[in-house]
Amino acid sequence: MKRLTPPLTDEVLEGLRAGDKVLITGRIYTARDAAHKRFIEALERGEPLPIDLRGQIIYYVGPTPARPGMIIGSAGPTTSLRMDKYMEPLLKAGLKATIGKGYRSWRVVELLKKYKAVYLVATGGVGALISKRIKSAKVVAYEDLGPEAVRELWVEDFPAIVANDIYGGDIFRDGVERWRRIDLKFEITRPG
Amino acid sequence: MRTIDVREVEETVKKLAMEANYYVDPSVKEAFIKALKSEESELGREILNQMLENADLAAREKLPTCQDTGVAIVYVEVGQDVRLVGGNLYDAINRGVAKGYTEGYLRKSLVMDPLFNRKNTGDNTPAMIHVDIVPGDVFRLTFMAKGTGAENMSRLAMLTPADGVEGVKRFVLKTVAEAGPNACPPVVVGIGIGGTFDMVGWLAKKALLRPMGSRHPDPNYARLEMELLDELNKLGLGPQGLGGLSTALDVRIETAPCHIGALPVAVNLDCHAHRVRRVEL
Repeated sequence: MKRLTPPLTDEVLEGLRAGDKVLITGRIYTARDAAHKRFIEALERGEPLPIDLRGQIIYYVGPTPARPGMIIGSAGPTTSLRMDKYMEPLLKAGLKATIGKGYRSWRVVELLKKYKAVYLVATGGVGALISKRIKSAKVVAYEDLGPEAVRELWVEDFPAIVANDIYGGDIFRDGVERWRRIDLKFEITRPG
Repeated sequence: MRTIDVREVEETVKKLAMEANYYVDPSVKEAFIKALKSEESELGREILNQMLENADLAAREKLPTCQDTGVAIVYVEVGQDVRLVGGNLYDAINRGVAKGYTEGYLRKSLVMDPLFNRKNTGDNTPAMIHVDIVPGDVFRLTFMAKGTGAENMSRLAMLTPADGVEGVKRFVLKTVAEAGPNACPPVVVGIGIGGTFDMVGWLAKKALLRPMGSRHPDPNYARLEMELLDELNKLGLGPQGLGGLSTALDVRIETAPCHIGALPVAVNLDCHAHRVRRVEL
């Protein structure tokens, strides 16, 4: 088990391999579809992003509303593939890790190598369990987006697994290769 | 003629929306436990255990099991001898959804327009409502909270009669294999076969609405359900697609007659959260 605390340095990322389990403690940011769209629109207009992404981690999540007195509602990862179209400008802005669920397109696997960044997965569909690792939450941008607003979270021992490392490693490819017990008469494709 | 007040429907929908999201159905929990027994991947077992732990925690704290509390699918089977009073049925269902999602601290995940104005409607309405008129004076209501991770990986194909059983199996296996981790496996697979382009998607969704482990009444299709379940669990995806033997929890097929030149097939995937509730008023 490796421990990660942002901001992440290249040295730390060099030590991570697909399949490694990690625990994250520190400040991370949330963003999903609509917030990403606004990030890219801001960059295209030459405006600064509402958060400084250098060395940071973005968690793809749209939590449920917190009950009174609670920090946050259910807060598990959403499918990362939908954010692939927005990846390169954010990596250019210094983003070093993303947390979500599911595979990335092969293009993003290549981008992660190019920009020295990692993709982490958290377990999908266990949002109640994961919410207990979140110790504070506040909206820091795009409040009008509701569940899709950008939040700053403080997490402690947030569990994740390295799915794609900076060397091109891919946990999903490896997992299926190891466990498949059927001959398929067709190609399995993953988006470019 | 039996009379039902739609305000009773509203209250029922509200209650089901909350319950479906807080409480993992016992039949789904049983499927997790069964998967845990046959799963050989250590990481796979760890994830299945997280799912069981999550179910307990969610029920204890009335927290949604998953943050994607879904689009509300509401299927009404209403007897032709039932008279609905107290307002419009569709409005009542939508009020029930709005109340359930707002008062239950569930996420509002619907936008009012798919393309030009993706503004959140604020109360998770509208529900996707299907109504069937059936004999007698029954009023059956099925509620499903459908997450989009698995919905996005669902597929529809207009096969030809020559593709036959092998063509259908191949399409199902390919759909699940390519969905990979994104549909949040272990998945529940709803398959529609027959009908027309518009009907086959609904057949696949209807298959998801059936109870866990229920088999098609025709033994040929019941056998196909079991064969597909077995083959899907050999794909190697495992829990969360990280590798393992538990890829699918159940496979259910719904069928309809079709044109002499057609063989429509739809595969509607559901994630392991699988939130379905049925009641009769």
